[in-house]
Amino acid sequence: MSNAHSIPFRAILRHVLLIAGAALMLAPFIWMISTASKPQTEIFSSELHLIPHQFALAENLREAFAKANLLRFLLNGVIVTVSIFVLQVMVALPAAYALAKLRFLGRETLFALVLFGILIPPQATAIPVFLLLHKAGLLDSYAALVLPFTISVFGIFLMRQFFKTVPDDLVDAARMDGISEFGIVWRVMLPAAIPAVTAFGIFSVVAHWNDYFWPLIVLNSEQLRTPPLAVAHFRNNEAGTSYGPLMAAAMVIIAPLVIAFLFAQRRFIEGITLTGIK
Amino acid sequence: MSDGSITIGAAIVPAGATRRAVPAHGSRRAYSAYALVTPAAALMLIMLLGPLAGVIALSFTDYQLGAPHFSWIGLANYRDLFADKVFWTALRNTLAYVVIVVPGAVIAGLAIALLIQSGTSLRSLYRTIYFLPVMATLIAMAVVWEFMLHPQFGLVNGMLRGAGLPAFAWLQDRSTALYALCAIGIWQAVGFNMVLFLAGLVSIPKQLYEAAEIDGASSGWARFRLVTWPMLGPVTTFVVVISGIRSFQVFDTVHVLAKGGPSKSTEVLIHTMYTEGFEFFRSGYAAAITVVFLVFVLALTLIKSRLADRGVHYT
Repeated sequence: MSNAHSIPFRAILRHVLLIAGAALMLAPFIWMISTASKPQTEIFSSELHLIPHQFALAENLREAFAKANLLRFLLNGVIVTVSIFVLQVMVALPAAYALAKLRFLGRETLFALVLFGILIPPQATAIPVFLLLHKAGLLDSYAALVLPFTISVFGIFLMRQFFKTVPDDLVDAARMDGISEFGIVWRVMLPAAIPAVTAFGIFSVVAHWNDYFWPLIVLNSEQLRTPPLAVAHFRNNEAGTSYGPLMAAAMVIIAPLVIAFLFAQRRFIEGITLTGIK
Repeated sequence: MSDGSITIGAAIVPAGATRRAVPAHGSRRAYSAYALVTPAAALMLIMLLGPLAGVIALSFTDYQLGAPHFSWIGLANYRDLFADKVFWTALRNTLAYVVIVVPGAVIAGLAIALLIQSGTSLRSLYRTIYFLPVMATLIAMAVVWEFMLHPQFGLVNGMLRGAGLPAFAWLQDRSTALYALCAIGIWQAVGFNMVLFLAGLVSIPKQLYEAAEIDGASSGWARFRLVTWPMLGPVTTFVVVISGIRSFQVFDTVHVLAKGGPSKSTEVLIHTMYTEGFEFFRSGYAAAITVVFLVFVLALTLIKSRLADRGVHYT
């Protein structure tokens, strides 16, 4: 009897608790959308309301795009994240294949260095890498944003683990067909590794789209700003006065990843939690 | 595996695959091997290992960006650092941040994972919602949080006033600023931890719960204490260490919302390093701060790799 009652009670309690928590998690998103949809007079009123009396989303968006070159900043974000990912794959895949499938003197040492490299937090190398870029005259450029991340030891490790599971017969068959070792990497291993490359790609793109520390250090020019840097500058210039456009700008900056996430959430969760193994 | 569950890593990197490498026939293949690893090895040296050695070496010099020369000054940077009140404030604030955010984000992550897994309906919807803050650009959301914490027009104070409670100037008040940043830190990290715990929960064999029930563990709490908690042990340690490492690196919210202030109440290690190294360009001194930061992070990392070596984490 008590059991029959307790089951629906438990299920209801589960939903009540989870919905309460979800409201807390979503509150900033909801408040952002709500504020971005309100005209100035409603934002600066001490009476709280979620739904604007008068919708001003279009005006706020227009003002955000007028005050900051948001399209340019989004484009910068795309250029930088895509370049980083492509170069990471080009560097990591051949190395991962050699580490997984070829025998050569120094292989164990190289792999040990890769494992060691994974332990180094990105902030630790910031000063010397900055000085290096300064010496090379590369500061304040796309190169400064991209070059330091072309090497992903984590990517090498991940792909090497994956390549280890690819049967040797497949590699041998390719060799019989006269494909070079270099050809094997791109024509045999890459197609076999698409799931791992996708997960790594999501991991890489999300990390660099959201990165604030490095662009902050190496950039000066406005036209090179990445999305997080753009929001920070927008905030420094406008906070205190135009919260509507500021929230609209924040919305625009998070939109690409959030929308992609909602469409492919399982893949995204998989990709981002790769940092867990890292 | 049930509908709402996911596995991390396992799906992508099948574990335990240790095949023998193909023996290289002749020197041609060894030659290609070197050609294949050279770009990666060179970049690793230039962008990672070299700079790591560089930061340690720099910390023993008085190098300043743009200065014509520099000299080795031994431990002078460290002496200055340990005599500097700002450094101790930064270290204390960083540790306080870690000590608040880690338990907060781990316990909340575990609780949410348990709640989601305790039923079957709406699993993936809840998982998506709780994971959303992990995805969203932290800088953009920090700016939103700042407005939510606005003393006059913010949502938080508005609700406090509505409930008849006193309001605060959260980020402008030195007694609350760090806690406000901690709250943002927890909000952002919970979903990540939840996913790791969900993966851990899925991997607990059902038979263990049946066996526990036969042995008289009928209440949910008893099952949690006897099966779930011990089985999650390794995952929990793992999540704690990862959260610790990430919290140690806190910078974004501090820089954009508080700049270490008011009156150094949110000054944290990486922020001090950033100010010294990239605003005052005292590279040597900033390098010494980096080394201190590295010691803490590597200590945490060693614990994690110990666990990974023993193969006790489920991710």
